[in-house]
Amino acid sequence: MDKTEWKILKEIADLEKTPQGAYNFRLNGGLDSRQVTANIDIVSKTDKPGIDIIVKPFTRGESVHIPVVLSMSGLTDVVYNDFYIGEGADVDIVAGCGIHNTGCETSQHDGIHVFHVGKNAKVRYVERHYGEGPGTGENILNPRTEVYIEEGGSVTMEMTQIRGVDSTLRDTIVEVGPGGECVINEKLLTDGSQKAESNVEIILLGDDATGRVVSRSVAKGTSIQVFRPCMTGKAKCFGHVQCDSIIMDEAKIKSIPAIDAQSVDAQLIHEAAIGRIAGDQILKLMTLGLTEEEAEEQILEGFLN
Amino acid sequence: MLEISHLRYDVTAENGEELDILRDVSLTVDDGKLVVITGPNGGGKTTLARTIMGLNQPTGGSIRWNGQDLTGLSITERAKAGVSYGFQQPPRFKGLKVKDLIALAAGKADLSPGEGCRYLTQVGLCADDYIDREVDSSLSGGEVKRIEIATILARGSGLMIFDEPEAGIDLWSFAKLTETFERIHQKRKATLLIISHQERIINLADEIVVIEKGTVAKHGPREEVFPQIMARTLPGCGYMKEA
Repeated sequence: MDKTEWKILKEIADLEKTPQGAYNFRLNGGLDSRQVTANIDIVSKTDKPGIDIIVKPFTRGESVHIPVVLSMSGLTDVVYNDFYIGEGADVDIVAGCGIHNTGCETSQHDGIHVFHVGKNAKVRYVERHYGEGPGTGENILNPRTEVYIEEGGSVTMEMTQIRGVDSTLRDTIVEVGPGGECVINEKLLTDGSQKAESNVEIILLGDDATGRVVSRSVAKGTSIQVFRPCMTGKAKCFGHVQCDSIIMDEAKIKSIPAIDAQSVDAQLIHEAAIGRIAGDQILKLMTLGLTEEEAEEQILEGFLN
Repeated sequence: MLEISHLRYDVTAENGEELDILRDVSLTVDDGKLVVITGPNGGGKTTLARTIMGLNQPTGGSIRWNGQDLTGLSITERAKAGVSYGFQQPPRFKGLKVKDLIALAAGKADLSPGEGCRYLTQVGLCADDYIDREVDSSLSGGEVKRIEIATILARGSGLMIFDEPEAGIDLWSFAKLTETFERIHQKRKATLLIISHQERIINLADEIVVIEKGTVAKHGPREEVFPQIMARTLPGCGYMKEA
């Protein structure tokens, strides 16, 4: 990896050197480097591009980094990653994709992730999407994430896209078993003529399953965002969908939360709000000595933090 | 020294009527003084305070602070010149934490735990409970108000304007707040302009200014003005006489 690629790694996975524990670095459509541990195995698929990540039951306190970097313009990279998290394991997974596009051709990465989360296993998943580069080529990321949570399992997903992605279509589907839990924190900022569409479907299958989607976004310029989070309750469960967006300039935001109860014991809530930055917030920060631009920046940073 | 000279603020109402919110306000406040601005609701007190901060642009007159003409300056420039204003109804911020707001006020990238604690204690808040909380709708009106006051303390400007600091604040915190005002005043660290109707705050004042119908109805030492206000509020009321 060269300097530019390391810079992207820092943006998407907060890495300045190869991490502790298991990792798999994917660069321009191929394997760059890999490390496995006694408890976490990473195996390349033979039938299609991608890897299987196998975490042994009761593995605790370990992490897996699987960042993807595209630094060649005009590359379309489709990758299938399957995660098998053993019973009672407790792991952190850091994914993410960064594109450095120097050319005029489109760079695209479609990550198709499937998680099988075992009984009472706990996963914290962090995924950051980022694009940069002097080229005119578009940066496109279309991730699809499927998560199957067994009894008592728990998955927290932090999905962030802050900069430089021209077009994204994100599909996330989660099935939560009895006593299981899924929390999705989504943060999105679009600018210029960028487009972002996010479909999230959480199905609460078992008794005492809980689901929560917290989506915060900012749309600037002439960018367009569409959110379709849907929470379905099929048992005695609790689900909450919260979408909160700040709209600026000539942007457009569509937020279509849905709740679907298929059991009399399902308790589901949705909230959605879109609005501009309140004038009073800017004025207050200006009275503290900030310029209007600095005030706006602080408000957005806080909101997406 | 704060020198306000012939300050005017007019707005046009929806029906086209011209409203003089401030009409010819002239006022001089010496350095290190604690001045309480009081008067009936709708008299123009908040407009005067907001106009000094630059939140309203005056339609006439001038504002000078330590010899510098503030009249044409932006809010940011006035803040940098040493003016601060605690909002009567402070805004809330989704995502910004109490410590972020106080750090911004103090002009620092980060706040030491001791600093945050110092400012919050002065408004009767325990730093451990509040420093990491978001300044959003999860806080009560009184809590937001006290955090607002803490930002003014952290800012440490030469001119501190507080707009009804007592509003929504419980008795215990209010006692703490009056102590804080008293301490700042004793050290002569800042010139304090406090809009208030509370006797305990009025009792701290060197001078009282009564703003009524957009103008200065009275201005003088507390000993002189306070008895006049009291005289007007009780026996001076026609309805009470009838009763």
